[in-house]
Amino acid sequence: MKVLVPVKRVIDYNVKVRVKADGSGVDLANVKMSMNPFDEIAVEEAIRLKEKGAAEEVVVVSIGVKQAQETLRTALAMGADRAILVVAADDVHQDIEPLAVAKILKAVIDEEQPGLVLAGKQAIDNDMNATGQMLSALLGWSQATFASKLEIEGDSASVTREVDGGLQTIKVKMPCVVTVDLRLNEPRYASLPNIMKAKKKPLDEKTAADLGVDVTPRLTVVKTTEPEGRKAGIKVESVDELIKKLKDEAGVI
Amino acid sequence: MNEQIEQEQMILDSVDKFLRTDVDPYVHDLEAKDEYPAEIVEKMKEMGLFGCIISEDYGGLGLSTQTYAKIIERISRSWMSVSGIINSHLIMASAVQRAGTQAQKSEYLPRFATGELRGGIGLTEPDAGTDLQAIRTVAVKDGEDYVVNGTKTWITNSMYGNTIALLVKTDPKAEPRHRGMSLLIAEKGPGFNVARKLEKLGYRGIDTCELEFKDYRVPADRLIGGVEGRGLQQILSGLELGRINVAARGVGVARAALDMAVAYAQQRKTFGKPIGEHQAIQLMLGEMATRTEAARLLTDNAARAYDAGERCDMEAGMAKYFATEAAVTNAMDSMRVHGGYGYSREFDIERLYRDAPLLTIGEGTNELQRIIIAKQIMERNPA
Repeated sequence: MKVLVPVKRVIDYNVKVRVKADGSGVDLANVKMSMNPFDEIAVEEAIRLKEKGAAEEVVVVSIGVKQAQETLRTALAMGADRAILVVAADDVHQDIEPLAVAKILKAVIDEEQPGLVLAGKQAIDNDMNATGQMLSALLGWSQATFASKLEIEGDSASVTREVDGGLQTIKVKMPCVVTVDLRLNEPRYASLPNIMKAKKKPLDEKTAADLGVDVTPRLTVVKTTEPEGRKAGIKVESVDELIKKLKDEAGVI
Repeated sequence: MNEQIEQEQMILDSVDKFLRTDVDPYVHDLEAKDEYPAEIVEKMKEMGLFGCIISEDYGGLGLSTQTYAKIIERISRSWMSVSGIINSHLIMASAVQRAGTQAQKSEYLPRFATGELRGGIGLTEPDAGTDLQAIRTVAVKDGEDYVVNGTKTWITNSMYGNTIALLVKTDPKAEPRHRGMSLLIAEKGPGFNVARKLEKLGYRGIDTCELEFKDYRVPADRLIGGVEGRGLQQILSGLELGRINVAARGVGVARAALDMAVAYAQQRKTFGKPIGEHQAIQLMLGEMATRTEAARLLTDNAARAYDAGERCDMEAGMAKYFATEAAVTNAMDSMRVHGGYGYSREFDIERLYRDAPLLTIGEGTNELQRIIIAKQIMERNPA
């Protein structure tokens, strides 16, 4: 089985993000970029499937600006076999929306014919949480989102999902799209020898136009603002007062 | 982005992840117990750090000294002791890579690169440190072997490592004295005894020991380069790499002290505002940050010259001297910024304060560095 993992280049999670003065988005100039952490988990899971013999090949795909090849090299250094870069933008500030990404991925998948797509549940930049779901609809494949455990059993996958209030285990037919959550695994970091070897692994480059997908944005960003700073809390005198406040003011019990 | 810059960035990112995951959480405990970081060493082998500057032809990574210095800076920012595990190991390896016979390179470099053979350099003796030509350890040829007798001290990596580049006198009567000095690849065996582990103010966790050689036999083909009398030159030309390593350690410690001070200055409040808003603290932060950056640039410049094959004893000396003094001063200043907490064992500042002074002494004292700089500056600018 071939596993395909889409990976996105996003602002590194350690960076304190700044909103651009004109409110059109966040500032990406001279900002450290890395692989979306959820995608790293997906890459790790795919490599583990290969290591236990459940998969033969791991292909990683990134869509966006040319610089996304750094993200692909990172995935190759972790242990992916081959990479595909679909160039869909020149400007780093142009975000490719989930539907366009899903359409591009579908075109790649039609060529590659993987048995499983493992994707991050969302990217930490826009938090859309939509690409995996849209992709499964376009492909007509089964989907399992927010996976915290994955077992391949013959022609189906057993997936434990993190849902409100607990865990749900479902069985889906392969091929399928699985989006992964934080607790699925602890991704490895690449060893230096593997980083050197990754230079020699194949990285194909295509464009969105090659695949016949229009990436013109459908959404309009109205404004971008920083979240409000945290406000000081209050002290309550007694448990009774706390319960009253939770009931009457916060409305949570 | 140019491919080399991209690759260096990936390497440094991976080193950062390694440090965050497998080093940082354990430093405080291991250092408090003066415990050897055995698990960290295993991870360092997997990471490929033991071969980072060994040529790709011999199973290493062939990284530049500039990249190597950046790796050492990061490691030392987490824990200086860990950087010592690869420093003298790589000085040994680079001596073999530069001066070894073809057979020695093929036999040893790939095993140094994986960390299968791991160790350092055996130079210092109880009565000879800076003045290396005064060493008394003697190797006498006996058939196919050298028979070694003597004592070495302050030998890093000698308890848990298994191989050292051992500086000996093959002709104790030679004049000038260095003509009688040779370098042997000494793997542990009968007569190679670790006498004791030294107790130190800082730089804990790592094994720094006294060694005794009693009729220890080394096959004669382990003489680096195959010719007697070249040992001092072979090891001295590797010391520039060691000085760049120690300079990078200084940058790492200086940066750790700075980072901790910057974070603390924004959290701790006095008189209703964060202490970082008081000028007394700002002056210290301003000096600490500038010192760190200057130290980094000097180190990078020395590494660049070393990579280019230029003469760099003065550059490496300047970097070593300045960066290690920066580490000492920043550790003290950071302690002042932290006030009472800086003096407490709960915080890491006091570790930096104990670790930093070693850097001004080891790998050529800072007094010696200034003399080297002065002599070079006159030699390069004759009146």
